[in-house]
Amino acid sequence: MSGELVLQIVLTVAAGLVGVGLYGALSQQSIVMIMMGLELALNGVLLAGGAAWFFLGPELPDAQMLVVVTLVVMAVEMAMGFAVTIAIYRARQVDMVDMATELKG
Amino acid sequence: MVDVSTWSLVVVAVLGVLAVALGVAVFVVDSMARATFALLGSFLAVAGILLVFDLVYLAVVTALMMTIEMAVMAVFMIMFMMNPAGLMPMSMVHNQRGSAGVGVVTFVVLVIGIWTVDWPPRTGALPEDSTRQLGEAIMGSHMLVMLVIGIALFGTILAGTVLATARGRYDRFGPDLSAARPSDPVEGGMGR
Repeated sequence: MSGELVLQIVLTVAAGLVGVGLYGALSQQSIVMIMMGLELALNGVLLAGGAAWFFLGPELPDAQMLVVVTLVVMAVEMAMGFAVTIAIYRARQVDMVDMATELKG
Repeated sequence: MVDVSTWSLVVVAVLGVLAVALGVAVFVVDSMARATFALLGSFLAVAGILLVFDLVYLAVVTALMMTIEMAVMAVFMIMFMMNPAGLMPMSMVHNQRGSAGVGVVTFVVLVIGIWTVDWPPRTGALPEDSTRQLGEAIMGSHMLVMLVIGIALFGTILAGTVLATARGRYDRFGPDLSAARPSDPVEGGMGR
Protein backbone atom coordinates (compact mmCIF):
# COMPACT_ATOMS: atom_id res chain seq x y z
CA MET A 1 0.00 0.00 0.00
CA SER A 2 1.28 3.46 -0.78
CA GLY A 3 2.89 5.29 2.08
CA GLU A 4 0.88 8.47 1.54
CA LEU A 5 -2.36 6.63 2.28
CA VAL A 6 -0.92 5.05 5.44
CA LEU A 7 0.37 8.47 6.55
CA GLN A 8 -3.11 9.92 6.09
CA ILE A 9 -4.70 7.05 8.02
CA VAL A 10 -2.24 7.42 10.91
CA LEU A 11 -2.72 11.20 10.99
CA THR A 12 -6.48 10.65 11.06
CA VAL A 13 -6.04 8.43 14.12
CA ALA A 14 -3.90 11.18 15.67
CA ALA A 15 -6.61 13.75 14.89
CA GLY A 16 -9.15 11.45 16.56
CA LEU A 17 -6.99 11.30 19.70
CA VAL A 18 -6.66 15.10 19.73
CA GLY A 19 -10.43 15.52 19.28
CA VAL A 20 -11.33 13.06 22.04
CA GLY A 21 -8.73 14.58 24.36
CA LEU A 22 -10.07 18.07 23.73
CA TYR A 23 -13.60 16.90 24.48
CA GLY A 24 -12.40 15.34 27.73
CA ALA A 25 -10.39 18.37 28.82
CA LEU A 26 -13.35 20.69 28.21
CA SER A 27 -16.16 18.51 29.57
CA GLN A 28 -14.71 16.97 32.73
CA GLN A 29 -15.15 18.57 36.13
CA SER A 30 -12.42 16.81 38.06
CA ILE A 31 -8.97 18.39 37.76
CA VAL A 32 -7.33 14.96 37.39
CA MET A 33 -9.70 13.98 34.57
CA ILE A 34 -8.94 17.27 32.76
CA MET A 35 -5.27 16.34 32.90
CA MET A 36 -6.10 12.96 31.39
CA GLY A 37 -7.85 14.73 28.51
CA LEU A 38 -4.79 16.89 27.86
CA GLU A 39 -2.56 13.81 27.96
CA LEU A 40 -4.76 12.11 25.37
CA ALA A 41 -4.49 15.12 23.03
CA LEU A 42 -0.69 15.10 23.46
CA ASN A 43 -0.77 11.37 22.69
CA GLY A 44 -2.13 12.33 19.26
CA VAL A 45 0.74 14.81 18.76
CA LEU A 46 3.17 12.03 19.67
CA LEU A 47 1.71 9.75 17.01
CA ALA A 48 1.64 12.49 14.35
CA GLY A 49 5.30 13.33 15.04
CA GLY A 50 6.38 9.71 14.67
CA ALA A 51 4.42 9.31 11.44
CA ALA A 52 5.84 12.55 10.02
CA TRP A 53 9.37 11.31 10.70
CA PHE A 54 8.82 7.91 9.06
CA PHE A 55 6.86 9.03 6.00
CA LEU A 56 8.23 12.51 5.22
CA GLY A 57 11.80 13.05 6.34
CA PRO A 58 13.54 10.14 8.07
CA GLU A 59 17.01 11.42 7.20
CA LEU A 60 16.45 14.44 9.47
CA PRO A 61 16.08 14.08 13.26
CA ASP A 62 13.67 17.06 13.54
CA ALA A 63 10.45 15.07 13.88
CA GLN A 64 12.08 12.81 16.47
CA MET A 65 13.02 15.91 18.47
CA LEU A 66 9.39 17.02 18.26
CA VAL A 67 8.34 13.69 19.80
CA VAL A 68 10.91 14.15 22.59
CA VAL A 69 9.61 17.68 23.28
CA THR A 70 6.04 16.33 23.39
CA LEU A 71 7.08 13.69 25.93
CA VAL A 72 8.67 16.41 28.08
CA VAL A 73 5.54 18.57 27.80
CA MET A 74 3.51 15.57 29.03
CA ALA A 75 5.81 15.08 32.02
CA VAL A 76 5.75 18.79 32.92
CA GLU A 77 1.98 18.92 32.54
CA MET A 78 1.57 15.95 34.89
CA ALA A 79 3.96 17.31 37.52
CA MET A 80 2.55 20.83 37.55
CA GLY A 81 -1.04 19.57 37.36
CA PHE A 82 -0.61 17.37 40.43
CA ALA A 83 1.21 20.16 42.29
CA VAL A 84 -1.64 22.58 41.57
CA THR A 85 -4.19 19.92 42.55
CA ILE A 86 -2.48 19.44 45.91
CA ALA A 87 -2.10 23.19 46.48
CA ILE A 88 -5.72 24.08 45.70
CA TYR A 89 -7.06 21.10 47.65
CA ARG A 90 -5.01 22.03 50.68
CA ALA A 91 -6.06 25.67 50.54
CA ARG A 92 -9.75 25.35 49.63
CA GLN A 93 -10.70 21.63 49.67
CA VAL A 94 -11.42 22.05 45.96
CA ASP A 95 -11.10 19.03 43.65
CA MET A 96 -13.38 20.17 40.84
CA VAL A 97 -12.88 23.14 38.53
CA ASP A 98 -16.46 24.34 39.01
CA MET A 99 -15.65 24.97 42.69
CA ALA A 100 -12.60 27.10 41.92
CA THR A 101 -14.38 30.24 40.79
CA GLU A 102 -12.71 32.86 42.97
CA LEU A 103 -10.96 34.50 40.05
CA LYS A 104 -14.10 34.51 37.91
CA GLY A 105 -14.52 37.98 36.46
CA MET B 1 6.62 7.73 -1.32
CA VAL B 2 7.51 4.65 0.61
CA ASP B 3 5.56 1.43 0.38
CA VAL B 4 4.39 -0.20 3.56
CA SER B 5 4.16 -3.95 3.98
CA THR B 6 0.76 -5.49 4.56
CA TRP B 7 1.50 -6.81 8.02
CA SER B 8 2.73 -3.46 9.30
CA LEU B 9 -0.40 -1.87 7.85
CA VAL B 10 -2.55 -4.38 9.72
CA VAL B 11 -0.64 -3.77 12.96
CA VAL B 12 -0.95 0.02 12.54
CA ALA B 13 -4.67 -0.23 11.77
CA VAL B 14 -5.43 -2.48 14.76
CA LEU B 15 -3.34 -0.40 17.16
CA GLY B 16 -4.81 2.84 15.77
CA VAL B 17 -8.38 1.69 16.34
CA LEU B 18 -7.36 0.43 19.80
CA ALA B 19 -5.73 3.78 20.68
CA VAL B 20 -8.83 5.80 19.78
CA ALA B 21 -11.27 3.28 21.31
CA LEU B 22 -9.39 3.23 24.61
CA GLY B 23 -9.15 7.02 24.47
CA VAL B 24 -12.93 7.23 24.20
CA ALA B 25 -13.26 4.67 27.00
CA VAL B 26 -11.39 7.03 29.36
CA PHE B 27 -14.39 9.35 29.42
CA VAL B 28 -17.07 6.68 29.23
CA VAL B 29 -16.27 4.22 32.03
CA ASP B 30 -17.55 4.95 35.53
CA SER B 31 -14.54 3.71 37.44
CA MET B 32 -11.65 6.15 37.57
CA ALA B 33 -9.19 3.29 37.98
CA ARG B 34 -10.49 1.79 34.75
CA ALA B 35 -10.25 5.19 33.05
CA THR B 36 -6.59 5.43 34.07
CA PHE B 37 -5.77 2.03 32.67
CA ALA B 38 -7.74 2.74 29.48
CA LEU B 39 -5.52 5.80 29.00
CA LEU B 40 -2.48 3.63 29.63
CA GLY B 41 -3.72 1.21 26.96
CA SER B 42 -4.09 4.09 24.51
CA PHE B 43 -0.49 5.19 25.19
CA LEU B 44 0.80 1.64 24.76
CA ALA B 45 -1.03 1.33 21.42
CA VAL B 46 0.65 4.54 20.21
CA ALA B 47 4.00 3.19 21.44
CA GLY B 48 3.35 0.06 19.36
CA ILE B 49 2.72 2.16 16.25
CA LEU B 50 5.98 4.06 16.87
CA LEU B 51 7.68 0.67 17.06
CA VAL B 52 6.35 -0.20 13.59
CA PHE B 53 7.79 3.13 12.37
CA ASP B 54 11.27 2.03 13.47
CA LEU B 55 11.36 4.53 16.36
CA VAL B 56 12.46 1.91 18.89
CA TYR B 57 13.86 4.28 21.53
CA LEU B 58 10.92 6.69 21.49
CA ALA B 59 8.46 3.78 21.62
CA VAL B 60 10.17 2.25 24.65
CA VAL B 61 10.43 5.64 26.38
CA THR B 62 6.74 6.29 25.74
CA ALA B 63 5.71 2.88 27.06
CA LEU B 64 7.88 3.05 30.22
CA MET B 65 7.13 6.69 31.01
CA MET B 66 3.40 6.36 30.55
CA THR B 67 3.21 3.14 32.60
CA ILE B 68 4.80 4.91 35.57
CA GLU B 69 2.80 8.07 34.95
CA MET B 70 -0.50 6.22 34.92
CA ALA B 71 0.46 4.35 38.10
CA VAL B 72 1.01 7.75 39.78
CA MET B 73 -2.22 8.97 38.21
CA ALA B 74 -4.13 6.04 39.74
CA VAL B 75 -2.86 6.98 43.20
CA PHE B 76 -3.97 10.59 42.71
CA MET B 77 -7.33 9.39 41.42
CA ILE B 78 -7.95 7.56 44.66
CA MET B 79 -6.75 10.58 46.65
CA PHE B 80 -8.76 13.29 44.92
CA MET B 81 -11.69 11.81 43.02
CA MET B 82 -15.09 11.70 44.62
CA ASN B 83 -15.88 8.33 43.07
CA PRO B 84 -12.65 6.44 42.40
CA ALA B 85 -14.09 2.95 42.09
CA GLY B 86 -17.19 3.90 40.12
CA LEU B 87 -19.45 2.21 42.65
CA MET B 88 -21.88 5.13 42.64
CA PRO B 89 -22.60 6.09 39.03
CA MET B 90 -22.58 9.88 38.90
CA SER B 91 -22.16 12.60 36.33
CA MET B 92 -18.86 14.44 36.53
CA VAL B 93 -19.17 16.50 33.36
CA HIS B 94 -20.24 20.01 32.50
CA ASN B 95 -21.08 21.70 29.20
CA GLN B 96 -21.01 18.32 27.49
CA ARG B 97 -22.65 19.45 24.26
CA GLY B 98 -20.31 22.41 23.74
CA SER B 99 -17.26 20.29 24.53
CA ALA B 100 -18.35 17.56 22.13
CA GLY B 101 -18.90 20.24 19.48
CA VAL B 102 -15.40 21.63 19.93
CA GLY B 103 -13.91 18.12 19.81
CA VAL B 104 -15.80 17.13 16.67
CA VAL B 105 -15.07 20.41 14.86
CA THR B 106 -11.35 20.09 15.68
CA PHE B 107 -11.33 16.51 14.39
CA VAL B 108 -13.19 17.42 11.19
CA VAL B 109 -10.94 20.40 10.44
CA LEU B 110 -7.82 18.29 10.98
CA VAL B 111 -9.17 15.43 8.84
CA ILE B 112 -10.07 17.82 6.00
CA GLY B 113 -6.52 19.13 6.12
CA ILE B 114 -5.00 15.66 6.29
CA TRP B 115 -6.91 14.33 3.27
CA THR B 116 -6.67 17.43 1.04
CA VAL B 117 -3.01 18.34 1.51
CA ASP B 118 -0.74 17.09 -1.24
CA TRP B 119 1.83 15.34 0.95
CA PRO B 120 5.41 15.59 -0.29
CA PRO B 121 7.30 12.38 -1.06
CA ARG B 122 9.73 11.04 1.49
CA THR B 123 13.15 12.64 1.24
CA GLY B 124 16.18 10.51 1.98
CA ALA B 125 16.27 6.99 3.35
CA LEU B 126 15.68 5.55 6.79
CA PRO B 127 18.80 5.81 8.95
CA GLU B 128 20.42 2.56 10.01
CA ASP B 129 19.72 3.33 13.65
CA SER B 130 17.07 5.91 14.50
CA THR B 131 18.22 6.02 18.14
CA ARG B 132 21.72 6.96 17.07
CA GLN B 133 20.28 9.66 14.82
CA LEU B 134 18.35 11.13 17.76
CA GLY B 135 21.30 10.88 20.12
CA GLU B 136 23.64 12.64 17.69
CA ALA B 137 21.03 15.36 17.13
CA ILE B 138 20.63 15.91 20.88
CA MET B 139 24.38 16.15 21.37
CA GLY B 140 25.00 18.14 18.19
CA SER B 141 22.73 20.06 15.87
CA HIS B 142 19.73 20.16 18.24
CA MET B 143 21.55 20.72 21.52
CA LEU B 144 19.66 23.97 22.14
CA VAL B 145 16.40 22.02 22.33
CA MET B 146 17.88 19.77 24.99
CA LEU B 147 19.23 22.77 26.95
CA VAL B 148 15.78 24.39 26.97
CA ILE B 149 14.17 21.09 28.00
CA GLY B 150 16.66 20.74 30.86
CA ILE B 151 15.91 24.23 32.18
CA ALA B 152 12.16 23.67 31.81
CA LEU B 153 12.34 20.41 33.77
CA PHE B 154 14.45 22.06 36.49
CA GLY B 155 11.90 24.88 36.70
CA THR B 156 9.18 22.25 37.01
CA ILE B 157 10.97 20.60 39.93
CA LEU B 158 11.24 23.94 41.75
CA ALA B 159 7.68 25.05 40.98
CA GLY B 160 6.22 21.66 41.87
CA THR B 161 8.01 21.63 45.22
CA VAL B 162 6.94 25.20 46.02
CA LEU B 163 3.30 24.49 45.14
CA ALA B 164 3.15 21.21 47.02
CA THR B 165 4.86 22.50 50.18
CA ALA B 166 2.35 23.16 52.94
CA ARG B 167 4.37 25.73 54.90
CA GLY B 168 5.99 28.71 53.21
CA ARG B 169 8.39 31.32 54.62
CA TYR B 170 5.51 33.43 55.97
CA ASP B 171 4.31 30.47 58.04
CA ARG B 172 7.80 29.97 59.40
CA PHE B 173 9.03 33.53 59.96
CA GLY B 174 5.76 35.44 60.50
CA PRO B 175 3.79 37.81 58.24
CA ASP B 176 6.64 40.36 58.10
CA LEU B 177 9.39 37.73 58.04
CA SER B 178 10.81 39.22 61.27
CA ALA B 179 11.02 36.15 63.50
CA ALA B 180 14.57 35.37 64.55
CA ARG B 181 13.93 31.63 64.63
CA PRO B 182 11.48 29.81 62.36
CA SER B 183 8.49 28.29 64.11
CA ASP B 184 8.62 24.73 62.86
CA PRO B 185 6.56 21.84 64.21
CA VAL B 186 9.80 19.95 64.69
CA GLU B 187 12.80 22.00 65.79
CA GLY B 188 15.87 21.61 63.66
CA GLY B 189 19.36 20.90 64.92
CA MET B 190 20.55 18.45 67.55
CA GLY B 191 18.17 19.56 70.33
CA ARG B 192 20.88 21.25 72.41
